[in-house]
Amino acid sequence: MSWFEPKQEKPAIPPAKALWAVCPKCKSHMPKEEWKANNAICPKCNYHGRLSARDRIAQVADEGSFEELFRAVSYSDHLSFHDASGDYKSKVEATIAKTKETESIVMGKASIGGHSVMLGVMDFSFMGGSLGTGTGERIARACETAMAERRPLVIFSASGGARMHEGILSLMQMAKTSAAIGKLKDAGLPYISVLTDPTTGGVSASYAMLGDINITEPKALIGFAGRRVIENTIHQKLPDDFQSAEYLEKHGFIDKIVERKDLKAFIAKMLSYWGF
Amino acid sequence: MASKKTAAKTAQKTSKAKAPTAWDRVQLARDAKRPHLADFLREIASDFEELHGDRLVNDDRALIGGFATIGDEKVLVLGHHKGATVEENMEANFGMVNPDGYRKAMRLGKLAEKFHLPIVTFVDTPGAYPGDTAEARGQAEAIAKSLEVFAGLKTPIVVVVTGEGGSGGALAIAVGDRILMLENAVYSVISPEGCAGILWRDGKAAPLAAEALKITAADLAKLGVIDEIVPEPAGGAQKNHKLAAANVKKAVLKAIKELKKLATEDLMAARYEKLMKMGRFN
Repeated sequence: MSWFEPKQEKPAIPPAKALWAVCPKCKSHMPKEEWKANNAICPKCNYHGRLSARDRIAQVADEGSFEELFRAVSYSDHLSFHDASGDYKSKVEATIAKTKETESIVMGKASIGGHSVMLGVMDFSFMGGSLGTGTGERIARACETAMAERRPLVIFSASGGARMHEGILSLMQMAKTSAAIGKLKDAGLPYISVLTDPTTGGVSASYAMLGDINITEPKALIGFAGRRVIENTIHQKLPDDFQSAEYLEKHGFIDKIVERKDLKAFIAKMLSYWGF
Repeated sequence: MASKKTAAKTAQKTSKAKAPTAWDRVQLARDAKRPHLADFLREIASDFEELHGDRLVNDDRALIGGFATIGDEKVLVLGHHKGATVEENMEANFGMVNPDGYRKAMRLGKLAEKFHLPIVTFVDTPGAYPGDTAEARGQAEAIAKSLEVFAGLKTPIVVVVTGEGGSGGALAIAVGDRILMLENAVYSVISPEGCAGILWRDGKAAPLAAEALKITAADLAKLGVIDEIVPEPAGGAQKNHKLAAANVKKAVLKAIKELKKLATEDLMAARYEKLMKMGRFN
């Protein structure tokens, strides 16, 4: 359950690297400005690229409605973990300084198209969006608050899986979040899971796949095991579309692939169908 | 909590003896001669009726389920299946479960709930099967759903980690009310080799990763992840299946007896709180 995959081979990058963006799916080049202006969506192949948690919240939540919760709930280095390149504490502190986030999920109350919700958005730039004890605790608390206030839960996932630096307790977050979400669903509250690029490993194998509806964006990578691990197991090259949003929809694990521009309206529409 | 104290005490006792390293225990946990599900069932259960299939596509041979009698208790047994020979292991897919196996486990778990029979799970897998068909049939969804379902089954669940507790593939049948672990079993978010490959960029650093990940029974007792360490015969369970199994039987029956005293609401509340406490530091 690696939380990040071995880095993909980098495509040939033109000299003015700072000015050019490369689509990770179709490898076409475009000025960075164009990539940004197009909301991190490739104009050639329609791959929906990664957004920071804050950018996502700005696009999905009604303006000024987001009220952040549990920011003080952060990582824990309960193993005093260190590896070949140093200790976990220094790594995660550097990530906090760089991203200005204190965990891999940003959680808070919000309204979406006028519907009150509990909204969690994962940020892949925080330790590969890995599921740590702080992440799990935020989700568990979000479920409790959502139940107390009768709010639907909406989570945008973006993660390589469990955070191995936090050892067995990161694995336990899969069970903890799944139990909390099960309780929320039993209480008659809706849970909409949005699996964004990429959602894999222990996150796809817990709360991300447990939505009353699971939705995603075009060409997102969604799966359990890593492509290379699977290729080594079956001794075969996998097709290009393996573990894509389209592949998942075809196999029955995704309710709908929704374009980024339509996400907010789609979520609001579902909530209004269900009377929330 | 009485069981937690027991775990700490056993942990202490274990560390006084010449303690094997984490990596030594990984080797013991993977020893081909170690007792597997079939060995435990033979020693512990006076009868066992296996039930097959997920009612969807398949009967996964890597995860076995059925009703059994252990002592005076009628229970549902679920467990990863590893064989003693290459042929048996091929059939059991080396204990690596496909989505079909987890769906079978959920189906049988719900059946046990219907008759309020305790569930005993035996955990021994390198991990969920990483294959293309496993992905196509929804490995992630099957594991996720198992976690949700077992957290909510209104019947006592006793988990015994007997060998390798390999990540999500192990956890999918390891959510319960009492988590027991054999002295030389290991339980980890990622295999030491996998972790070494990523964080050390060298698979040979696996012994270091095994140490850093804190994967032994004593470590997990300290972290509050397991409730009790089940002692093994000197040198490891592979030396004496009968004795290892007798210790497991004793611990399982004690746990069932304690859990059956609880009203269902109390059992469910305690299981939920047990999960919520995992990694609550803030």
